[in-house]
Amino acid sequence: MREERRWVREELVVLPLDAANAAEAITQLGARLQDQGFVKDSWIQATIEREKVYATGLPTAEIGVAIPHTDAEHVLQQAIAVGVLEEPIEFIEMGSTEDKVLVTIVCALAVTKSESLASLLQQLVEMFQSPGVLRQIADAKDPGEIVEVFDQKLQAGD
Amino acid sequence: MVSEKRVLVSCGTSIATGTVAAVKVKEIAKEIGVPVRIVQCKAQEVPSKIMTFEPHFIITTGQLPDNVSVPVFKGLPFLTGIGLDELKAKIVELLQQE
Repeated sequence: MREERRWVREELVVLPLDAANAAEAITQLGARLQDQGFVKDSWIQATIEREKVYATGLPTAEIGVAIPHTDAEHVLQQAIAVGVLEEPIEFIEMGSTEDKVLVTIVCALAVTKSESLASLLQQLVEMFQSPGVLRQIADAKDPGEIVEVFDQKLQAGD
Repeated sequence: MVSEKRVLVSCGTSIATGTVAAVKVKEIAKEIGVPVRIVQCKAQEVPSKIMTFEPHFIITTGQLPDNVSVPVFKGLPFLTGIGLDELKAKIVELLQQE
């Protein structure tokens, strides 16, 4: 995949992610995105606030995933920052205000056009439902392995 | 042929999650050969859409609306794969109803 169109890069993988709750997880992944120039400094707070109202916990089988994100206005260049926790933390389930999901893999999504989000989500959904993929990510020994999984499964964005 | 069914897909702010669900509903309808018209809206627009669009059922990836007179289903299984077979079976049943 052409470099500038890849979604995940090694610098954006936090392994292990050390966070006690959703806000901490978003802050750490957001800091990576910001340091590497993918998002504005408004991204972290906007995403934390959005997560409180529109939760992104997905109760996928065995290994929970969360996909925090916010509006395109806070994004400079598209990317996904991926964090893998050693101990799962709670996110609220998407569509709920109180049902909890134990999340091990957090994918912070940064898209520059809101129209791209639907297509990215569709691909992520297929990816998360592919047998063994979440296990591969959760068991990865280094960031390179995680980058490879995403490279294989996701098409280049626009 | 079975008559066209109207499906309302509602979401939180992320229209994208609703789109994922809408695409899946379209695929299911196509598989069984039932014509379907799908409209997407935000959670707060559901009550007015129920009046103007008169959906046969609603799929939501956002909050479940209260007090609605049509069947409502969480679209979460489309995103997680969990409970997907049951959801598909219910959708097929409603699509094929006359």
